[in-house]
Amino acid sequence: MRTGKLTMNNNLLPWLFLGPSLLGFALFYLLPFITGFYYSLVDSPLSGNFVGLHNYAALLQNPSFLLALSNTAKFTVICVPLNMALSLGTALLLNRKIRGRNLFRTIFITPLVIPVASVVLVWQAFFDLNGVLNSLIHALGYQSVDWLKTDWSRVVILVVYLWKNIGYCMILFLAGLQNIPVEYYEAARIDGANRFQEFFRITLVYLTPTTFFVFVISIINSFKVFRETYLIAGDYPQNSIYMLQHYMNNMFLALDYQKLTSAAFVMAAFIVAVVFLLFRVERKISKRIG
Amino acid sequence: MKHMWNKVAKINLKPKSDIHKSLRKHGSLSSHSVTKVLHVATLVMLTAFFLFPLVLSFTNSFMSEQEIAVNYDAVTDKSLSSYNADVEASNSFARFEFIPEMVTLKQYYTVLIKKTQFLFMFWHSVFLTVPIVIGQTVVATLAAYAFAKFRFRGRNFLFFLYIVVMLMPFQVTLVPNYLIAGKLGLLNNYLSIIFPGIFGTFGVFLLKQYMEQIPDSYLEAAKVDGAGALQIFLKIIVPLSKSGIAALAILVFIDNWNMVEQPLIFLQDADKQPLSLYLSRIAAGEKGLAFAASTLYMTPVLLSFLYAENYLMEGIRLSGIKG
Repeated sequence: MRTGKLTMNNNLLPWLFLGPSLLGFALFYLLPFITGFYYSLVDSPLSGNFVGLHNYAALLQNPSFLLALSNTAKFTVICVPLNMALSLGTALLLNRKIRGRNLFRTIFITPLVIPVASVVLVWQAFFDLNGVLNSLIHALGYQSVDWLKTDWSRVVILVVYLWKNIGYCMILFLAGLQNIPVEYYEAARIDGANRFQEFFRITLVYLTPTTFFVFVISIINSFKVFRETYLIAGDYPQNSIYMLQHYMNNMFLALDYQKLTSAAFVMAAFIVAVVFLLFRVERKISKRIG
Repeated sequence: MKHMWNKVAKINLKPKSDIHKSLRKHGSLSSHSVTKVLHVATLVMLTAFFLFPLVLSFTNSFMSEQEIAVNYDAVTDKSLSSYNADVEASNSFARFEFIPEMVTLKQYYTVLIKKTQFLFMFWHSVFLTVPIVIGQTVVATLAAYAFAKFRFRGRNFLFFLYIVVMLMPFQVTLVPNYLIAGKLGLLNNYLSIIFPGIFGTFGVFLLKQYMEQIPDSYLEAAKVDGAGALQIFLKIIVPLSKSGIAALAILVFIDNWNMVEQPLIFLQDADKQPLSLYLSRIAAGEKGLAFAASTLYMTPVLLSFLYAENYLMEGIRLSGIKG
């Protein structure tokens, strides 16, 4: 499209605008990323003897890493579908003409902006062995549960994750729902479709692109739950919520850079693979919907 | 599209047909009101779930130290409970009291005037967050313009790299970042957090989505009038992207005000750390001021959220559009 004399300028111009960002990106992200990969292949950053995949092999033998890996995987597998279902449900509740709709929307998104650290005390007091939740359970005549010091801690982290993340995904779903033309539903009703058919044949189908994105965001945010876990339970939490990030942080403090970088790349490879795969599938499905 | 219009036409051809009427009156009146009650009840329950930590922190910040002690001692007194084998029987649980017996500003007095530590930490958070918000907004606006409105070699690949980096957890580049910060002499210095923050790629991603919605014809018209790329950027792109930029600023603010991982690693000096870490370490004995500190900590984000809520929604919505 660009013609004549401007062509040469135009080849340089974008790089001028991109320059500051690219410079910082290269120095603070790309270079560390590549160096990190290099570290994962040598015996130590100082001597730098190439050891191939040795660090990775050693990592897969390491019980702490395997524990962290399986915890992270379990958590992601449970929390992502739950987050998606609940945020879609909430979006559907708000996707109607009801009084105070905007107020509810604001309320549901509020946890997103609240710094985790400022509500940690509340969560702790809620889930503690002598906490509020147990007082309710006790009042109902059941045994107290030590939420933070047993495998139940997974539930704690799950609740905190959902509390924070439902709002964001709900907004995404709401935007997606509002993009579905009303005519589709009217046409379906004329053809005698019931509510369930409408939901499965129209709503879910046309939400596919949004759903994919929410899926990716939920996975990414499930890795960020470390913040909550760390603030609520500290460096070495109960075994079932010892996440990959705890492992990496602790390896960092132990100066074990090989374990850390190779663990980091296992995680990075997984993320890239998931995202790449999802976007391919999504593109195919979007094409079919047209 | 055509299919859709056919359907619409079909609707118009049969105005107020029987089918249509019967559909309108879907379900009897009583079942309708039952669903409505359920609907409202669910919304109210969700509201309680989402807001109670917030409301509790706020109201408890006006309680006296004694009242806090009475309500939360069961949780605080770890030494007692762990040695007391018969916890169940002791029947002492923490309580959430939403309304203070007596409203007092004592906690705020302690936090803001008596002890200086909190204020220092608060300013640390400000010093860390403000440069990142301003820096990332400026850098990202420039870069997004390049990605959205120019064609150049390697554009798509580069953008893919930006996205990949955006998705990585902080820990992935931790070690090399730490070593680079060390080489640049930035350890224990706010710059070791501020620089990576400024060049975070989320802003570029978000604003590219936004700027792509600006019609090329605007730019072409300006070009015909003899405007250069810089003029186009300043006079068209930036003004038209205002709400996208505002959305980015508020999202970056929220994210960085809340930062935990970076200061944990890069700021080993406890007296340089921001509020987020301070609050998590508040000693059991200081619970009396913790709620005031928490409330003050969440105030800036909460206010800016209420002020710029629509921008935030726009920002979230934008993040969901495919690039």
